[in-house]
Amino acid sequence: MTLHLPWIIVFLPWAGALLLAALAPRGRWPALVNLGVSGVSCGLALAVLAVPEGVQGWTRVDAVNQPLVALAGIIGLATAAFSAATVEAERFDGLRARAYHAAFQLFMGAQFLALLSDNLGVMWVAIEIATLASVLIVAVHGTPAAIEAAWKFFLLCGIGIALALFGTILLYLAAQPLVGQGDPGLSWGALRAVAQQCDPGILSLAFIFLVVGYGTKAGLVPLHAWLPDAEAEGPLPITAVLSGLLLNAALVAVLRAKAIVGLNPGALEPGPLLVGFGLASLLLASLALWRRRDARRLFAWSSIEHMGLSAIAFGLGANLAGMLHLMGHSLVKSAVFFGIGAAAQIKGSQKISDIGGLAASHPALGWGLALGIAGLAGLPPFSLFVSEFRLVVAAAAMQPWLVLSIGIGLLLAGTALVRALQALCLGPPTPDAPVPGAFTLPGGLWWATGPAWALLALSMLLGFALPAWFTALLGDATRLLG
Amino acid sequence: MTFGSTGYDIAHLLGGGILLLSFVLLYQRRLEGVIGAFAIQGGLLAAAAAWQGWMQDEPGLYVTALLAFGAKALLIPLALRLLLRRLGLHRTVEPALGIGPSLLAASALVGLSVMVVLPVTAGQAQALTRENLALALSVVLLGMLMMIGRRNAISQVIGLLSLENGLILAAIGVRGMPLVVELSTAALVLMLALVAGIVVFLLRDQLATLDTDVLHGHQGERHQGERHQGERHQGEGP
Repeated sequence: MTLHLPWIIVFLPWAGALLLAALAPRGRWPALVNLGVSGVSCGLALAVLAVPEGVQGWTRVDAVNQPLVALAGIIGLATAAFSAATVEAERFDGLRARAYHAAFQLFMGAQFLALLSDNLGVMWVAIEIATLASVLIVAVHGTPAAIEAAWKFFLLCGIGIALALFGTILLYLAAQPLVGQGDPGLSWGALRAVAQQCDPGILSLAFIFLVVGYGTKAGLVPLHAWLPDAEAEGPLPITAVLSGLLLNAALVAVLRAKAIVGLNPGALEPGPLLVGFGLASLLLASLALWRRRDARRLFAWSSIEHMGLSAIAFGLGANLAGMLHLMGHSLVKSAVFFGIGAAAQIKGSQKISDIGGLAASHPALGWGLALGIAGLAGLPPFSLFVSEFRLVVAAAAMQPWLVLSIGIGLLLAGTALVRALQALCLGPPTPDAPVPGAFTLPGGLWWATGPAWALLALSMLLGFALPAWFTALLGDATRLLG
Repeated sequence: MTFGSTGYDIAHLLGGGILLLSFVLLYQRRLEGVIGAFAIQGGLLAAAAAWQGWMQDEPGLYVTALLAFGAKALLIPLALRLLLRRLGLHRTVEPALGIGPSLLAASALVGLSVMVVLPVTAGQAQALTRENLALALSVVLLGMLMMIGRRNAISQVIGLLSLENGLILAAIGVRGMPLVVELSTAALVLMLALVAGIVVFLLRDQLATLDTDVLHGHQGERHQGERHQGERHQGEGP
């Protein structure tokens, strides 16, 4: 059972996708089936935590992907719940409803496969499938804005994954004399075992292609242009998984490459390159955050900022801070997107100026959103505070000059987010203009606030009350990523 | 295997031909010409894959060759031609970067990729692999140049498709590359989805023009005043 678990967890959502594509979209059935499949996947994803480390053919279970797979399961379930309550307001016709739900499950399966694969070729295919599924979801409304966003997403990420494939081919070329022909040539474990004797020149070249290729998908500046559009124009619920999960899978791909190339003393040092990309992302995003008028674009830019921070942490070798930051960002950002999505449904607009005073008119939603935004700004008691603190300490110990630029970035971004918090949550409420069909399930708004508060609570646990076994797991991941 | 043996020479010739067609793609002024050149490039790629399959004794590569021929030499060019006819377009390629400068930039890029790949791989792989890799990287970079240098949506897609031809050229040239068939098929699926996407979207009324500049007006925040008709937030309903 445990041997096949990685494949079950990939093919269960894909089977769900087939079912959802075949099912006549009548009433609430597709949304509920989607929720059910996501629930079972979430249970399986949590079970992966109990699987002993090991390689099963093309897949592997190790300390790096166990926590991220569990996280993906949890966020997938929370998103499916939010989606069930809001999908009616998206006004999909029959075909679009099928496409939306099927693509969601296709995306989730590909996401699990990308995290779990040991074979870098399989990982590439998984990330490609995830791209195709998310392009389909972003474009599903068919409005000019959605098509523009999907087109940009497709072209830029198409180039990105093409370059990543070139990098993958080069990686095999470097290892070929040592591992011989056949499948082991692309296995992460096998490549790590021989990395020290590989030709350093080819390894360096491979890493440059991989970091630019997968970095495009991770939204690192200057390859980020698709991200704000894709996250602002797609259907509301999908933003949470695009921002919380897709970026993680791409960054993990970069980290896997880094872990191979970093072992070779003659090859280019992967750390400084990642720090450079990360710093550019942090600084550009911290300035861009000040000029956003669209709430979803604002938080899309905040994703760029946080991916930049994670990249800096991994680049400096502060892997624990990086892992914590990735996970904390996914949890808090998804919660914020649920809050913003619900607010957009209630106020009939996603412009910041049209959403105001949520804390007074809808306390559970408004205060949840306020806490989430405060968490994104790096304020306690969320795990992003802990990971940013650890990152700054690590930077001060290794590269003191970096502290200044990280500090400026954090301060600028934090104040911009606090300003958004005041505009969105505090002050006098703006008039409601609810979208017909939103939150008509029994329970109403709780379908948004429930998942959001649950994710915020998890993020608090992650920051301040980690169980000992989970800390040990993250420690193993730190060592694996080297 | 070195210069002078037939296997090497033919593989080299096919790779060189693919690169040459990347240049041809860049100097075409009419879309029909671009599509025709892309079809020939796809055919040459299929021949190169089949030749490598025979040389490396790797039957899987014949599958790659067959798929490349069917999709890139026949299906995609046919679909794009039908699309042009359906839209009644006999248009020029609308270069953002002129033809002359594009060709100069392309020559510089080929020089760059040779200078990057050959020294880096000097100690290792056999000559054919190294030179094949340099050719493939050139094709990749030229595809990218075409995407940057053309404003027209169809030209941009063909740029990406020819970039992907370069990738397949690299993958088939590395002896014993695992999953080569799976990877090339997966890349092909991505490209087919892209072509299907452009066909579907261009046939809709919303995008009667092929110039991607028009799309920028619909982009979220850039033109706040002009968005009311195009933009529809989920919140506002249809």
